[in-house]
Amino acid sequence: MPEARAADDTRSQPSASSVRYDGVSKRYGDSATVAVDDLTLEVPAGDICVLVGPSGCGKTTAMRMVNRTVEMTEGDILIGERSVRDREPAQLRREIGYVIQQIGLFPHRTITQNIGAVPQLLGWKKERIRARSAELLELIGLDPELGDRYPTQLSGGQQQRVGVARALAADPLVMLMDEPFGAIDPINRERLQNEFLRLQAQVRKTVLFVTHDIDEAIKMGDRIAVMREHGRVEQYATPAELLMAPATEFVEDFVGADRALKRLALMRVADINLWEAPLAYVGQATGEVRAKLARPDVEVPYALLVDSERRPLGWLSARDLTGDTVPARADSPLGPVLDRDDIMRDALADLLQGEAQYAPVTDHEGRIDGVLSVEIISEFLASPEAKSDEHSAVERPHSGENLA
Amino acid sequence: MIGTLGSLLPAPLVAAVGQVGEGFFHERSSDTLPCQAQPGHLFCFDWAREHIDRFEKPALQQLELVVLSVLLGFVVAFALALIAHRKHWLRPPLLAVTGVLYTIPSIAFFFLLLPLTGFGRDTAIIVLAAYTLQIIYRNTMVGLAKVPASVKDAARGMGLTDRQILWRVEIPLATPEIIAGLRIATVSTVAIATLAVFIQAGGLGTQIYGSGNLTFPTVVIIAGAIGMLMAFAFDLMLLGVQRLTTPWRRAVVT
Repeated sequence: MPEARAADDTRSQPSASSVRYDGVSKRYGDSATVAVDDLTLEVPAGDICVLVGPSGCGKTTAMRMVNRTVEMTEGDILIGERSVRDREPAQLRREIGYVIQQIGLFPHRTITQNIGAVPQLLGWKKERIRARSAELLELIGLDPELGDRYPTQLSGGQQQRVGVARALAADPLVMLMDEPFGAIDPINRERLQNEFLRLQAQVRKTVLFVTHDIDEAIKMGDRIAVMREHGRVEQYATPAELLMAPATEFVEDFVGADRALKRLALMRVADINLWEAPLAYVGQATGEVRAKLARPDVEVPYALLVDSERRPLGWLSARDLTGDTVPARADSPLGPVLDRDDIMRDALADLLQGEAQYAPVTDHEGRIDGVLSVEIISEFLASPEAKSDEHSAVERPHSGENLA
Repeated sequence: MIGTLGSLLPAPLVAAVGQVGEGFFHERSSDTLPCQAQPGHLFCFDWAREHIDRFEKPALQQLELVVLSVLLGFVVAFALALIAHRKHWLRPPLLAVTGVLYTIPSIAFFFLLLPLTGFGRDTAIIVLAAYTLQIIYRNTMVGLAKVPASVKDAARGMGLTDRQILWRVEIPLATPEIIAGLRIATVSTVAIATLAVFIQAGGLGTQIYGSGNLTFPTVVIIAGAIGMLMAFAFDLMLLGVQRLTTPWRRAVVT
């Protein structure tokens, strides 16, 4: 997977490293309390790996052992080929981005100074730090004027964006994110998630992302490790695999009864076999259209009025087809129009909201591609085909521009 | 040290006292009898104008006592606080020791030290410094404790060493409380330093308690006013330092 991505990576040098847990354990005291027991896990470079599980399952402990803010008692963690054990902790941490739920910006430093904190530790020149801060402010979409403000002057969402920028400042090999959006209100959380995915599409860091929210895990993860107590990994898989084939009862419960619906979040409209609508061009003879509608294999019982560029204009009723030629206007309104790249879950929502049974699906030029119906979706969810990973090989966040 | 400080501060203070007196008490000074000789006379301006010079040296001594003892107290208390910050078990005993020192009556404290350090300035500075410990130590601890755990966690996770976290994050964030402690300590030291006269360490106390002056209020009033102005000036100066060192606290939340 990382190899495939490397091909279109425009960066000249690798800016992410794989992370490998090798039999890692964390015990407290006289080995009585085991926080993490014999964890083995490999995260490919450039992937977002979500550690998800109920509270107290050891996911945060597992994450913190990477930058040695928690010291492991057994095993080893390799970043690239290097063991974190061989590194001086402070030096190691400067190469690892760190984002926490409470953000933890320095209240006595300006936004620019906050973002420049790690570069400053690394001894960068002032000019370079300033330029880098400005670059990151732009990357996270904050007004450069905010650079001279103090953290208390920013909203929670803005502060967390700065938190992410600060973690990225020195171009770390790995990012650790501990419930980074957990304290943000739902609307802003979704926006921040989308922004981060868009950012990740550019920077392609190896990210260890801790959350207890399975929906967030499915949305953010290239891979998800579902954990239960003592850091035991119940399943380590792509979001699609997790939803389609939960490995254990625990995973199934954790993923939830609505996992069939969650699956739709992983698909785009283009991933499914659409129906074909009988097309009616403006000015075409109605007889031809009626003939199409009369065919036994017709999938959509209504004719879709399109212009000469095959852009949908509306649904034709039987009355519209009583004349000799197809009129320029349809009797029924068009209703929702979907894009090939829409997320299936959103498409279903559009259908339901528009109280429509069918919706035309268009390509980027707005030309008709097919028709999506509620029936297609429900059939898909019920079919064994849905269980096969291949079919729903949705581009994960790296093409995240449409997730917004 | 005395010379430089003296030339900076007390002269204007002394002059200020003279100016306030002038307008207020001019009428009484025209009595035929010199006001010193009139019992029950509250303030004798004639005397004040002629003898204002005699306050300069005590004021300088007072200033010296305050500055040196607060500096000493700050260094010791701050060091104790930093040690206690790392070694948690030291906190209760340190609080107890500084607390006990604070409860010793001041004149008794002066005389307790006499057999060890003798009469004079050094004894006074030790006692005065001891009194500042409790306030400065406790305020420093409070300030350090108030630093949000998330900020320290983030700092550590970003690769600051423990020392860098202390000096770049914790102490700057504790500055408001530390300076608040310094302000209280300084103001109270200005007051207590007047007692240094009892161990022959000079200061404004020489004018207040010295040579039967208590029967002649003018001297006491002038000495007291200088003391008050001194305390006020210190307080204002430290407030200025506090504001200069903590610009983020004034950042307007928008």
